[in-house]
Amino acid sequence: MDPLQWAIDPWGKVVPIHIAWFLIWVAAIAGLLFFFVHATYLRYFAKPRVFANNDSPLIAVRIPERVPRHSLTARMFHWIMAASMFTLLFTAFLPKLGIQFDWVTYHWIAGTVLTVSILFHIIHASFFLDFWSIWPDRIDLRDASRRILRAMGQSAPPPDRFAKYPLENKLYHGAIIAAGLTSIGTGVFMMFRVRTIFFPRNPYLFGDMTWGMMYVLHGLAGVGLIALIMVHVYFGLRPEKRAITKSMIFGWMSRDFYLEEHDPARWPVKSSKSPARSQDANAEGLTNAG
Amino acid sequence: MAVIRDVMPAFELLQPNSIADAQKLLAQQGSDGWVLAGGMDSFDWLKDRIKKPKVVVDLSGVAELKGVRANADGVEIGAMTTLTEVVEHPLIKQKYKLLADAAELVASPQIRNQGTIGGNVTQDARCWYYRAGWPCYRAGGNICYADTPEGRNREHAILHADRCVAVNPSDSAPALIALDAKFVIRTSKGERVVDAEDYFIGPEIDITRLHILKPGDLLTSIRIPSAWAGSKFYFEKVRDRNVWDFPLLNVASAMVVSNGTIERMRIAVNGAAARPLRLKAVEDAVRDKAANAATGEMAGKLAVQGAVPLQFNAYKIPLMRNLVKRAIGGVEEAKWTPYNGL
Repeated sequence: MDPLQWAIDPWGKVVPIHIAWFLIWVAAIAGLLFFFVHATYLRYFAKPRVFANNDSPLIAVRIPERVPRHSLTARMFHWIMAASMFTLLFTAFLPKLGIQFDWVTYHWIAGTVLTVSILFHIIHASFFLDFWSIWPDRIDLRDASRRILRAMGQSAPPPDRFAKYPLENKLYHGAIIAAGLTSIGTGVFMMFRVRTIFFPRNPYLFGDMTWGMMYVLHGLAGVGLIALIMVHVYFGLRPEKRAITKSMIFGWMSRDFYLEEHDPARWPVKSSKSPARSQDANAEGLTNAG
Repeated sequence: MAVIRDVMPAFELLQPNSIADAQKLLAQQGSDGWVLAGGMDSFDWLKDRIKKPKVVVDLSGVAELKGVRANADGVEIGAMTTLTEVVEHPLIKQKYKLLADAAELVASPQIRNQGTIGGNVTQDARCWYYRAGWPCYRAGGNICYADTPEGRNREHAILHADRCVAVNPSDSAPALIALDAKFVIRTSKGERVVDAEDYFIGPEIDITRLHILKPGDLLTSIRIPSAWAGSKFYFEKVRDRNVWDFPLLNVASAMVVSNGTIERMRIAVNGAAARPLRLKAVEDAVRDKAANAATGEMAGKLAVQGAVPLQFNAYKIPLMRNLVKRAIGGVEEAKWTPYNGL
């Protein structure tokens, strides 16, 4: 079972043309397998989480009842990206599974929306949010090692609570960056092969081998995104993560959840305001991170 | 062009003698199976060794698939009926001459003697890049060699191109659409009847097929209702030579005219897109208008709206406009309109 589809070009050269479509099923099964393994582990094998508690009692008093987490702008980006991503996946892969419709136009329009929203996100996160909050730091790596040792029954100090994003979230973001930027980068060039409003068609922009590799990378990133998004939706629906999911809708999380999961020293809430204030006022005015 | 070899690749030949058996065999073979009707399209593919099916299901022994039969509401033509039989059948000649005219212009007498009506509507695209076995979109690849500045695309699409610019080469298809025919398909789930225009699909839906048949499906017959029997028909085919050639464009229309006014009309063209196009906007626009050159002129302009020529096929736009004009206004009244943009 060759994971790539090959062809002989007019000059007799063997070139890849795209991924083999059975990889769609491989990605979907991988995603389902992850659900099963993770859910089984949490249900039967995982030990209760223990964090180092090093808060001053005064800190809790200063935390508002609703802790702002995602600004309205950040939430809008997330949901626009989600809508375009789902559109891209459905338009790309449903026809391969036998559900036929006029998919190309919807696909490149959704791809354009995704590209613009990602560009916006890069600028927004770089200049208006705490850019480094989503990247793993030394404490994340130290705590990851402590968590692994403790999970294996060895002695290690309890890890600190998380900064704004847990390490798993940061690693997921990294994987999405890799798959997303690969699909966008290749997808922009692939638009030269179809009729769009952006460029005149030029299928000879690259040689057959380069085009083939571009289609392969686009396909691999696409099937990778199937598994990644399945995992994302799974975590979004898990009961212990529901507060985080709700914060992506309403913009805030409760003080209790914040104090239980997050370290105010690593993700400080700058000032205390009345909990009666609107969520968006909180979201825009209080948070220090994206 | 691909070099035709003298020996076809080996395949298993199955020869059912009933529709049920044929459909069952095709369903069993799935995408490994190849339907052989008259063989006029199939043998090219097989001899060129571009298509290498494991199993060929030869329908020539299925008597149920042959013949023209009158039914309660018109006529039913078995998919394996030869084009010559269609052309010469008295009922077709008397009531559905449009189809007889179209079928008579297919290829050559020898090919019409062997080729079938089912094969004619189900035949594959003639784009030479595709026929030569190049890995184009239609062959499952990721490029259209014809839709490039250097590509030879004189015969290709001016409408509804989507990555692939190949056209449907059938002459009988637009005539059947104009006659509001129904295609009867046997699938593993039973019988399915679709309108003629819905039998054909463009690359936006499936870039590797010109019709809706999936592996395991079988076109069994074509039913023509009496709604358009005996109306005013027009078929014209333009080709590079007057025998044994595929259409550059063709037009088929059925018109009910009363006191010089068009009461209703169905019109379709082929060779302009990957599927025969029913010109619904034209049909609506000419209703209750005089059947003359002025109406034809208006209809012709309407027909080519949205046309996008490739490097070498801009001529198809005035050609299609004038064919539509002639279908409505008649050959005598219509004058050739020179190309000036659209």
